[in-house]
Amino acid sequence: MKKMLAAAVSRVLSGVAQKPASRVLVASCNYSNDATFEIKKCDLYRLEEGPPVTTVLTREDGLKYYRMMQTIRRMELKADQLYKQKFIRGFCHLCDGQEACCVGLEAGINPTDHVITSYRAHGLCYTRGLSVRAILAELTGRRGGCAKGKGGSMHMYAKNFYGGNGIVGAQGPLGAGVALACKYKGKKEVCLTLYGDGAANQGQIFEAYNMAALWKLPCVFVCENNLYGMGTSAERAAASTDYYKRGHFIPGLRVDGMDVLCVREATRFAADYCRSEKGPIVMELQTYRYHGHSMSDPGVSYRTRQEIQNVRSKSDPIMLLKDRMVNSKLATVEEFKEIDVEVRKEINDAAHFATTDPEPPLEELGHHIYWDNPPFEVRGASQWIKFKSLS
Amino acid sequence: MMDDVINQSVLWIQAGLGTKMGLQDKGQTQKMNLFQAVTSALDNSLAKDPTAVIFGEDVAFGGVFRCTVGLRDKYGKDRVFNTPLCEQGIVGFGIGIAVTGATAIAEIQFADYIFPAFDQIVNEAAKYRYRSGDLFNCGSLTIRAPWGCVGHGALYHSQSPEAFFAHCPGIKVVVPRSPFQAKGLLLSCIEDKNPCIFFEPKILYRAAVEQVPVEPYSIPLSQAEVIQEGSDVTLVAWGTQVHVIREVASMAQEKLGVSCEVIDLRTILPWDMDTVCKSVIKTGRLLISHEAPLTGGFASEISSTVQEECFLNLEAPISRVCGYDTPFPHIFEPFYIPDKWKCYDALRKMINY
Repeated sequence: MKKMLAAAVSRVLSGVAQKPASRVLVASCNYSNDATFEIKKCDLYRLEEGPPVTTVLTREDGLKYYRMMQTIRRMELKADQLYKQKFIRGFCHLCDGQEACCVGLEAGINPTDHVITSYRAHGLCYTRGLSVRAILAELTGRRGGCAKGKGGSMHMYAKNFYGGNGIVGAQGPLGAGVALACKYKGKKEVCLTLYGDGAANQGQIFEAYNMAALWKLPCVFVCENNLYGMGTSAERAAASTDYYKRGHFIPGLRVDGMDVLCVREATRFAADYCRSEKGPIVMELQTYRYHGHSMSDPGVSYRTRQEIQNVRSKSDPIMLLKDRMVNSKLATVEEFKEIDVEVRKEINDAAHFATTDPEPPLEELGHHIYWDNPPFEVRGASQWIKFKSLS
Repeated sequence: MMDDVINQSVLWIQAGLGTKMGLQDKGQTQKMNLFQAVTSALDNSLAKDPTAVIFGEDVAFGGVFRCTVGLRDKYGKDRVFNTPLCEQGIVGFGIGIAVTGATAIAEIQFADYIFPAFDQIVNEAAKYRYRSGDLFNCGSLTIRAPWGCVGHGALYHSQSPEAFFAHCPGIKVVVPRSPFQAKGLLLSCIEDKNPCIFFEPKILYRAAVEQVPVEPYSIPLSQAEVIQEGSDVTLVAWGTQVHVIREVASMAQEKLGVSCEVIDLRTILPWDMDTVCKSVIKTGRLLISHEAPLTGGFASEISSTVQEECFLNLEAPISRVCGYDTPFPHIFEPFYIPDKWKCYDALRKMINY
């Protein structure tokens, strides 16, 4: 009976915003508007106090996080499918399994804060405001893509989101630079500089740590430790796998990256730390990726399927959130199913767009090399074929 | 479009027209592709030289292009080992090993990632012998890196940075075009008492297959090879592009009746000026082609030297058919690369000058 009511309500109000249906359901099912959850205590380094161990999650926020994580998950799986169908070529690094990191980080900061990350960026592109259409179209190299089809998987940008960087570790000093600008402009913004467990061994990261600490830059160094740097497990690459301590003179915290609430609280804590001008902080998110390093990596030659299956069944971020919300009566299973259906439709539409949008015109080959130059001719393969470079 | 280029190359190489060096006196041969030829060369080196070590990212399990498969099992984990993800560290570390006299064979996973190590190569490795008055040197260092376009590599998996290193006296830069060449040139680089950078065209790792001797042999460095003799135009390239210009040469013969002399430069630095100039003196026309961008690409050095040495012999301006002056594109790759049609077009215009 309840199901029929819910279905009828949804049908009637499907053209209108979702909220009225939810309110009807709330009224009829006596759901609470928020609930308090306990979250795992973070390991601390050079910090007296850490993020709180309990947090309040409102129904609205919970549904939002669920929708975002499910969208990212479906988007990544769709990208996998498109890659295998050869619509997407080149390199494609998927972040399914790490959704709690992107969504949690975004939940802990403001849209005016800045984020920079590595090539495993599709999730953050979405949370930073790019539509699934723009992301998938960029992956397939079409003009509707967020970088006009010229960047591809690893080079997607949005407002206050600086990509998308192909060279491992190169984004470390860049993030410190953005943090310097934040400090200079005095608007109490912070910069989240993400990198992985592999990049944590790059010299540039340590240079960035030094500069950030020396000049007390509002930079949150976020190490997404998914236990494997491509095919090398963290223990085989790092003398110390306590990535949150690697900043040495920079305080750090280690966070359960599969729990979106834990990530949110830790991010809030870290961002507040930086905003109060105490200098940089390192945050290690312990997370896991289901896919291999990239689409050319099956992902099972350096780890067992059993391990992947274990993580999927015990710590899947989407499952964790959903179970929490259902068990504390913040939402029904049907509501989540509805969200799933909507998300699926959105992704399918976006995929259709991404495969049918035309590619950027050939004239754009030479565009955007320089800025503010008068249009010049780009020399190349032949003296008689030149492209114009417009800025 | 790219697949066509690969298919054509495979046909050409398997036809055995790639090398003129006799295989008769080199003992037993085996059919190998480029990465297997590299593995064979490394195997020979480690067997002969007890101080030789191979290191780099992911080399232990065999490498992302399978160039080091089986070597760790055969020679032990203290001779074939992984490094963490740090190119500057890898090369610096390699220079250190080489300075003590051991043979260091470092792998940089893609030539596009060699730039953090650029300072170590240019400022340390290249200048070690010179600045110490020959007291110290890191000559036993060889750096290997996959190089060149591959069809879907985009900005950071397709670059050809040989021009950056050509500007640095003190190192040697080598690019092979086929498995037979690769093994011989790599062994020469390892034996050579100067730090060498060996760029391996990644698109040829599987696509190029030929009979390669199992025993070690070397091909001299700084010697270009005239693959095909001709009388009307000289075509110069290195690496993958050699196969493109070979096809252009046959197109020119068929459609225009033009006889082309095809030269594989092989060593970029120090390059074989004599062979190229001698050829241009004979033909009077020169076309150089490479994937790297036109401005400052190595074709400019060749062009400049040839016009100095052979000015009065030139019948037409020297033609350079290269990549565009843009970052290596993602979706535009088929339009970016200097394919056979662009080379053929340039050749035709040169003939009709």
